[in-house]
Amino acid sequence: MDIDPCLLEVRGCRQSYHKEASADLVVLEDVELKLREGEIVALLGRSGSGKSTLLRIVSGLLKPTAGDVLWRGTKLTGPADGVAMVFQSFALFPWLTVQGNVELGLEARGVSRMEREKRAEQAIDLIGLGGFESAYPKELSGGMRQRVGLARALVVHPELLLMDEPFSALDVLTAETLRTDLIDLWVDGKLPVKSVLMVTHNIEEAVLMCDRILVFSSNPGRVASELTVPFPHPRNRLDPAFRQMVDDIYALMTRRPVLAPKTATETPVSPLAISLQRVGINLMSGLMETMAGEPYHGRADLPALAGSLQYEVDELLPLGEALQMLRFAVVEEGDIMLTDSGRHFVDADTDERKRLFAEALRAHVPLVTMIRQVLDERWNHRASAVRFRDELEDHMSPEYADDTLRTVIGWGRYAEIFSYDEEAEQFSLEDIE
Amino acid sequence: MSFSLPASLASGRRLPNLWDIAAMICVFGALIAVAHVARGTMVPIDAPGATEISLDPWNLPEYAVRTTLRMFAALVASLLFTFTYGTAAAKSRRAGLVLVPILDILQSVPILGFLTFTVVFFMNLFPGQVLGLELASIFAIFTSQAWNMAFSLYQSLKTVPADLHEATVAFHLTGWQRFWRLEVPFAVPGLVWNTMMSMSGGWFFVVASEAVSVGDNTWKLPGIGSYVALALEQRDIAAVAWAIAAMLAVILAYDQLLFRPLVAWSARFKFETTAGATADDPWMLRLLRRTRVLQLTGDFVGRTATSFGGLRLSFSRKPRQAVETKPNRAVDIVCGVLLTAVLIWIAWVVVAFASAQLAWSDLLEAVGLGLITLLRVVVLMVVASLIWVPIGVWLGLRPVWARRAQPVAQFLAAFPANLLFPPFVLIIVHFHLSADIWLTPLMVLGTQWYILFNVIAGAAAFPGDLREAAANFRVGGFLWWRKVMLPGILTYYVTGAITASGGSWNAAIVAEVASWGDTKLVAHGLGAYIAGATDRGDMARVVLGVVVMSTFVLLFNRLLWRPLYAFAQRRLTLG
Repeated sequence: MDIDPCLLEVRGCRQSYHKEASADLVVLEDVELKLREGEIVALLGRSGSGKSTLLRIVSGLLKPTAGDVLWRGTKLTGPADGVAMVFQSFALFPWLTVQGNVELGLEARGVSRMEREKRAEQAIDLIGLGGFESAYPKELSGGMRQRVGLARALVVHPELLLMDEPFSALDVLTAETLRTDLIDLWVDGKLPVKSVLMVTHNIEEAVLMCDRILVFSSNPGRVASELTVPFPHPRNRLDPAFRQMVDDIYALMTRRPVLAPKTATETPVSPLAISLQRVGINLMSGLMETMAGEPYHGRADLPALAGSLQYEVDELLPLGEALQMLRFAVVEEGDIMLTDSGRHFVDADTDERKRLFAEALRAHVPLVTMIRQVLDERWNHRASAVRFRDELEDHMSPEYADDTLRTVIGWGRYAEIFSYDEEAEQFSLEDIE
Repeated sequence: MSFSLPASLASGRRLPNLWDIAAMICVFGALIAVAHVARGTMVPIDAPGATEISLDPWNLPEYAVRTTLRMFAALVASLLFTFTYGTAAAKSRRAGLVLVPILDILQSVPILGFLTFTVVFFMNLFPGQVLGLELASIFAIFTSQAWNMAFSLYQSLKTVPADLHEATVAFHLTGWQRFWRLEVPFAVPGLVWNTMMSMSGGWFFVVASEAVSVGDNTWKLPGIGSYVALALEQRDIAAVAWAIAAMLAVILAYDQLLFRPLVAWSARFKFETTAGATADDPWMLRLLRRTRVLQLTGDFVGRTATSFGGLRLSFSRKPRQAVETKPNRAVDIVCGVLLTAVLIWIAWVVVAFASAQLAWSDLLEAVGLGLITLLRVVVLMVVASLIWVPIGVWLGLRPVWARRAQPVAQFLAAFPANLLFPPFVLIIVHFHLSADIWLTPLMVLGTQWYILFNVIAGAAAFPGDLREAAANFRVGGFLWWRKVMLPGILTYYVTGAITASGGSWNAAIVAEVASWGDTKLVAHGLGAYIAGATDRGDMARVVLGVVVMSTFVLLFNRLLWRPLYAFAQRRLTLG
């Protein structure tokens, strides 16, 4: 019956979370996705772009608010039979042995004991875990644990293998070994799967492993662009064409900063609708100092910078964006440049840095200005953080609101614009001026 | 028997070992004992020997077995309750709204005060049979264990890791399979620990509930508790000593044969992803693992349990997708209205009942006596803390000593303190001491150990680098206690103190009244008030006393311990 080689299709998918106070929070908007047999596809995006949500919708774990998921042409209403998943956190059961963990999916399908043991053994050998059958997960290293996760998914012979940032919890070397092992099995046709869909925020990983890359933009998450990777396996990271592609994707991901007001959303943008990711002062000044010194002299290529600092795009981009918001730096087309005030900051001493930072905060972060204003107006110069969190939550998810508030608290304390009592969750002007 | 088992023949070379023989003796001994006791419970209450106790020490082994089996029966009942009540509270949002607060209140109700009425209730269920008395006793033990265990399961079910839950859905496990493969294993370590702690409380209740008087009748179920009660009546101090020895042996056996192996076994379900230091297997677990007959039995039980949990039972045919559900307002409102109606009706019944038999002065008297008991509890907590915190810290900071002291303290916590009352009473009577003051220490006799072993655990877990830093900066004396050690162990201390103070309230019912033959010592307090009303069969005052006491316990917990614990959790823990 397989006339259509299309395994899975997502049509007009929208995912939003219901909010009491205001408009719904839209996580995914108008996402289209087609998966054919025989390809590895990456969903690449920053954290919070909804790519993991999309993966859960594809797997049938989550029902989209609107839109359809078609599995082999029929609508999906629950976890599909031909889909298996590998988790970022491995999600292994600590009380089951490697064998027990791998057999779990078969057991749920009612496969007989003999058959279960045979297939589990095959999967364990395939993935290079032979000899560890009776080990418990806590006896294994991270890399071995994720191999168990892979074996557990492969043993059910899924047509589609879903992987949610499978290598991001591993160290660099282990992750690389696991990636190449997996690709080798795929190229040799030894993986009992027809397609792979993986979520990642690592650009190089996507270019190294995948045939197609869907780049997500955030707020709300949507497919910003789709790229085909033309290189045959095995791929060489140092190949100029490979490097060029990585550079291009960096440029693509920095082209439309999250901070700019969206014209696409119908709701008017309030000054509180800007979500901040937790970026510390030390990181920001460290990055500025690095950029000001050798060999960058105020301008750095983001992939190169990420490589030398051993950062992933997910860690570097928020940092660059925070600097951009404070006008200490400008990010464009995969490059980051220090501005004059950024250079000024690098040259200044501690007190002067605090003054410059406070200036930038008051000028460019409306939430800080608002908190200070409220404190100035109150007779006792105190204000509860809950109130600001509530206001933030009208515009973003509770986790984002919390991150934003904590970032602002850290920045405001450093700049001595206000002080904060964690115990009472209260802003005040104690010890200020 | 083991010689003819096919499995041992199959692996011919390995002869049955000494462990096998030891195991056979244990197994058959247990079977015979159970059969004997089961016969005893079915006889009519006035049959010869059914409720008669003899002070001959040779009877003590049999009494000990009967007491132990009562504990087991209560344990089974508590587990059944835990798995139904705890699961319902965790799985249904609406049920949870009602069931969780009820559990919270039940935890602080001194059920000992109701003993008389539960006895009457169960005796009416099985008129003229020992079984009624047995059930009443088992019920009393049950009430000392079940709430705690159900809470433990509820909390575990509520904190199952999200990624594992997702994995079970992604791999098509049915609800039944998920429960047995994920949720129950995840709850096991907490449940085993709480069961062990509850058992400690249970010994206290079994001793108190075996000898029951209703109105003019007094029944004594064969057991260690009844033995002691009789020894008190007959002023036989040697018999009391024998009973204490028997109890020591029973608790030691329980601890060694059941709980040590269980705790060691449950460590495999601990949700940790790094391999920690593992302690040696207790000897009983080694016995189970090394004895082939027992091992085969164990494997069989394990396999059966596994396939039982693996059954693909499911209420809905297909696993459902998670949908972001909006709570259904209409159903909520209907439930709320129904609940309010029921509450109003209950309040009405209570008020009608109370106003018929009680006056405001009764309430005032009960509250006044409650304040006296409160004073006792507070003083005892302060004194016990002043003694045991320094000792606990001293022991905890010395790993060798901590390892030795910890099981001893746990053991002492499990020992039913009411067995130790007679020597104290004897001293008070002999020196004509004031009952109001000198009966007080009895309340804390059994519960102070909770403070000790929690403090030991806290001091043992105190980070080594912080100690070194304190030593490096020459922090010493009072400053060391105030800034270094006490904040570091506060969470542990509060955990122990909550258990200790709760237990002391409960113990007040038994400890504020003591007797030695015809001499009766009564201290002023709420416990004595409840005990007195129970003796007179004055139901209204028993209820009043229990309600007032529950309120005191609840307020004590809510206003002191919980805020203190929350503070310690928030401020005094790293990370």
